[in-house]
Amino acid sequence: MRYAMAIDTRKCVGCSDCVVACQTENDVPNGFCRDWVKEVVDGTYPNVSIELRSERCNHCANSPCVRCCPTGASHFEDGGIVLVEHNKCIGCGACIESCPYEARYSHPDGYVDKCTFCIHRVRQGNDPACVCVCPTRCMYFGDLEDPNSKLVNVLKNRKFKSLAPEAGTKPQIFYLL
Amino acid sequence: MKEELFASGRNIPNIDPSLNIWHWQIPSYLFLGGLAAGILFFAGVFTILGKEEQMPATVKKAPFLAPIALILGLFLLFLDLKHKLWFWQLYTTIRLESPMGWGAWVLMIMTPISLIWSASYLRDFFPSWDWKIKLLKTFEAWVIKNRVLIAWPMVIYSVILGIYTGILLSAFNARPLWNTSILGPLFLVSGMSTGAAVILLMSNNHQEKRIIGGIDILLIVIELFFITHLFMGDKAGSEAQINAVNLFLGGSFTAPFFAFVVILGLIFPALLEIMELRGYKIPIVVPAVLILLGGLIFRFLIVEAGQITKYLY
Repeated sequence: MRYAMAIDTRKCVGCSDCVVACQTENDVPNGFCRDWVKEVVDGTYPNVSIELRSERCNHCANSPCVRCCPTGASHFEDGGIVLVEHNKCIGCGACIESCPYEARYSHPDGYVDKCTFCIHRVRQGNDPACVCVCPTRCMYFGDLEDPNSKLVNVLKNRKFKSLAPEAGTKPQIFYLL
Repeated sequence: MKEELFASGRNIPNIDPSLNIWHWQIPSYLFLGGLAAGILFFAGVFTILGKEEQMPATVKKAPFLAPIALILGLFLLFLDLKHKLWFWQLYTTIRLESPMGWGAWVLMIMTPISLIWSASYLRDFFPSWDWKIKLLKTFEAWVIKNRVLIAWPMVIYSVILGIYTGILLSAFNARPLWNTSILGPLFLVSGMSTGAAVILLMSNNHQEKRIIGGIDILLIVIELFFITHLFMGDKAGSEAQINAVNLFLGGSFTAPFFAFVVILGLIFPALLEIMELRGYKIPIVVPAVLILLGGLIFRFLIVEAGQITKYLY
């Protein structure tokens, strides 16, 4: 099992529903977020292109955050989901420094927090909250090792990229182009 | 032209617009760790060479500062933690892949060694000191008899400690400025140089000052070479690394780095030390304090600048 996500940059309208859904579902403290929408504008008018990306923790297969954690609080769960065990985290900040995607933050309670792929929902067979609420259905969550999944299908038929693959982290969020 | 913005809005404290997770505690801790490593390295080496009597400040006096620096450093590391009450988990886990993990263990080994080392010289400075308990007296006698045996692990671990202060940063692939293997040796040499500066401050033996002063000049030359090496390597690296190093070569860190670290912290004190060795009367406190300040500012700038640098995607 290898959980991953594909996000269609051509369907995303940047409405930020995924952000609000995550904040509500996961009780994210005020002023913080586990996912966010980035707008990248390239070129100068009239030759402009725009890309909208809903970003979050990439649940990297080669996670620098898991590697550098001195207590083992950052760890892999089933399906490669990267989680932080709150009661093991000492709040040293090493994982925040190690993440090329700046997907982690220091929770006001002291421990480090980030996207969990809504593991509590996934374990019950549901999609993560962000995927569920997306009004344009631009996100696909699933198991990369399941050849019949929508995720594998969409990755087979579309061109895609991942973010900063040169960082060597093997990110598991794919952006459909 | 490429422009990025958060369409959903995002302004997380200490993360946006650029990372600022590690504040003054971490660079100060790295400075103290390097300083202690330098002091203990020289104490160990000159003990192994059998020069205790010729180098009294190096072997006996300066090491008293090492445990103080290490304990203060550990305290600063503790201050940096945001989930403080859970700090003990550092010592219930062994994670070899995590530089901070094995750094914590190296400190746990080095602090007692430095305490034992200093304690064994306590009666040289306070002859009336009495350990009271028989076990402590026997242990002291054993330590005094086996100093060379203790000096060996002390030298080895001081090198590991010195390198660790750099590797703590260089292990972060996500921070292109830090992510270079030269940072370990650079921090080691810089730490040794600050250790030598402390010895110079504490010594009142002319011959000892000459030897340590000479070593310090050599260390500064190596450090300047390593800094050049760091910049050259990054300049020839990926775009993220080029952007990172440009902070120091024209960017906002250029003036403080070259003024306070390279010129006032390295070149100028080295020149003063050379003049001193040539027989000019120069109060040793000037180059020594400049080296210490330079070392401290160096760590502040590297930690601060490194956090700004990131991958572009």
